Amino acid sequence: MIEIRFHGRGGQGAVIASELLAQAAFLEGKYPQSFPFFGVERRGAPVTAYTRIDDAPIQIRTSITDPDIVVVLDAQLMRTISVTAGLKPDGLLLVNSEKAPDALASSFKGRVATIDATSIALAHGLGSKATPIVNTAVLGALARASGIVTLDSVRKAVGRFVPAKQQANVMAAEDAYQHVVSLAVVP
Amino acid sequence: MEEDLPEAPIATTPSDVNHTASWRTFRPVIDLKLCTKCNVCWKFCPDDAIAFDGVGFPVIRLDYCKGCAICAEECKPKAITMVKED
Amino acid sequence: MTQLVISGNYAQSYAAKLARVHVVSAYPITPQTAIVEKIAEFVASGALPAEYIKVESEHSAMQACISASALGARTYTATSSQGLLLMHELLHWAAGARTPVVMGVVNRAVAPPWSIWTDHGDTMSQRDTGWIQFYGESNQEVLDTTLMAFRLAEHPEVRLPAMVTEDAFYLSHTVEPVDIPGQDQVDAFLPPRERSSTLEVGKAMRLGSFTGPEHYMEFRHKIAKAMVRTRDVFLEIEDDYARITGRNHGGLLPTYKTDDADTVLVTMGTATTTARGVVDAMRADGHKVGLAKLRTFRPFPVQELRDLATRVDRIGVLDRSFTFGAAGAAFTEVAGALYAAPHHPQLRGFVAGLGGRDITAAMVREALLDLLTRDGPESSWVELKSRTEAS
Repeated sequence: MIEIRFHGRGGQGAVIASELLAQAAFLEGKYPQSFPFFGVERRGAPVTAYTRIDDAPIQIRTSITDPDIVVVLDAQLMRTISVTAGLKPDGLLLVNSEKAPDALASSFKGRVATIDATSIALAHGLGSKATPIVNTAVLGALARASGIVTLDSVRKAVGRFVPAKQQANVMAAEDAYQHVVSLAVVP
Repeated sequence: MEEDLPEAPIATTPSDVNHTASWRTFRPVIDLKLCTKCNVCWKFCPDDAIAFDGVGFPVIRLDYCKGCAICAEECKPKAITMVKED
Repeated sequence: MTQLVISGNYAQSYAAKLARVHVVSAYPITPQTAIVEKIAEFVASGALPAEYIKVESEHSAMQACISASALGARTYTATSSQGLLLMHELLHWAAGARTPVVMGVVNRAVAPPWSIWTDHGDTMSQRDTGWIQFYGESNQEVLDTTLMAFRLAEHPEVRLPAMVTEDAFYLSHTVEPVDIPGQDQVDAFLPPRERSSTLEVGKAMRLGSFTGPEHYMEFRHKIAKAMVRTRDVFLEIEDDYARITGRNHGGLLPTYKTDDADTVLVTMGTATTTARGVVDAMRADGHKVGLAKLRTFRPFPVQELRDLATRVDRIGVLDRSFTFGAAGAAFTEVAGALYAAPHHPQLRGFVAGLGGRDITAAMVREALLDLLTRDGPESSWVELKSRTEAS
């Protein structure tokens, strides 16, 4: 079983990202489970969402405390939230940032990947400058950096389940898939 | 008997089959010469004991009037007086 | 049949649509909102030809359902927590008037302090209203049970309202694969409601009007007997559902690995899934442990529990609610059910997961180990945060 934890702010699409990942995994014949941990949700507030993916029905219904993968939709969150809490040492940290992964190496000793999902989202007209909707771009990057689902499954899930601008969202995911930068683990 | 009762607590007659005015001591009497058809008596009646005739004057439904005298109290032109029952 | 990855909330919405409900009346409250939003979409698009009555409170929503149901309509509503509490008076009315309303309830903790997260305090405090209560473990079970609940509630031997609950967020907002039965399958299982209405349009009648001491007890006894009949009627209905869809969720008290178990944990709702994983892990270590899930709380599965008690030495009850001045609500009921049974296993209560706190695998494992190996208090609160623990 693979456990993924998403960190974002209300409005960026972290919850939808976790659901789209579940839909993509389901298209590949896997058993997904995805759910948000909401505060009393509002735009801008920190939001956490979870996805589990397994080859068999999932026998656990709790929040995820020891994830295999942490996805951060807004690097600013890392100043106030310990996003890597419980992240497995051989896990993956994917951050929406214009920086190179080694600039974030102090946050996590395992594998780090970055993608400038904000620029990609804006280039495709997703959200506004104040609140770019980065979730589909981040998902494309996650597919490449982790290999847990294929780009094709992400394309299908985004095209089918995103409520608006399906084509732009698919293109954002493809762009991010091409441009994600991954830093190998330094032994 | 439990077996004789319907499943849901239902009555097949409307509630106005029960004449509920047996304890009245005084009954309201309306002086139609003073009545202005303002309907205040009807509005204040705590039961449904006031109806209207064909031209809009109030009529006391004595099967339901308990003689509380609220209509007499509220009537602006003092057209209602309470008269002792025989 | 199609398979969709949907939330527990949408499982409720799809069930109401497949049941071809005539009247829906509801008031939004977190975390139930998506249930009635989706139904409103179905009605607006014409996919569900129903009357959606907008109201100003949960109290009015239940009244609208009771009135429509008394006239013969198939009715549905959904609520949660404070909304359910506001309905309380009308819940008694729905059962007393024998109107088979079906309601989805998202189990959410009761204020104060405010909480939007799950526990069972809201529905436990409605257990004496005369409603049938189902507690869901998965989105699939929620959808299937809601469809069964319509047929059960409307059954001429039952005619009682039924609620199907799901844990807030752990089901309401969790998406997972759900088999959606075809409309033809549901139509075969759940025909239109029989003409058994209480009131009739154009005919003057009184429902629930004044009744003196000479009749009131008999009306109450009729409800009591109907609730007793509910057990067998439900088992028949679930068999029929399984025949049509291939799915049977195991009756009132489904068990897991209890045949050779000497220790069994009784669970409710989503804690069951996690506990099942723990049972598998502990069995691998040689512990003879098992699970029993309280799928219905009303009617309470007394017969099933007494059967279970003849086979095991120790029973633990994991409660996600508490009856102040007593113990966990399920614990007290299990104890009550077993007292008159010939065999008395050792009984322990564990209260956990209030206000949305995770019931983790570690907690369940600890409770089971405690039950297996240690003598402890009759009833305890699991992993309370105390000052001694922090230091």
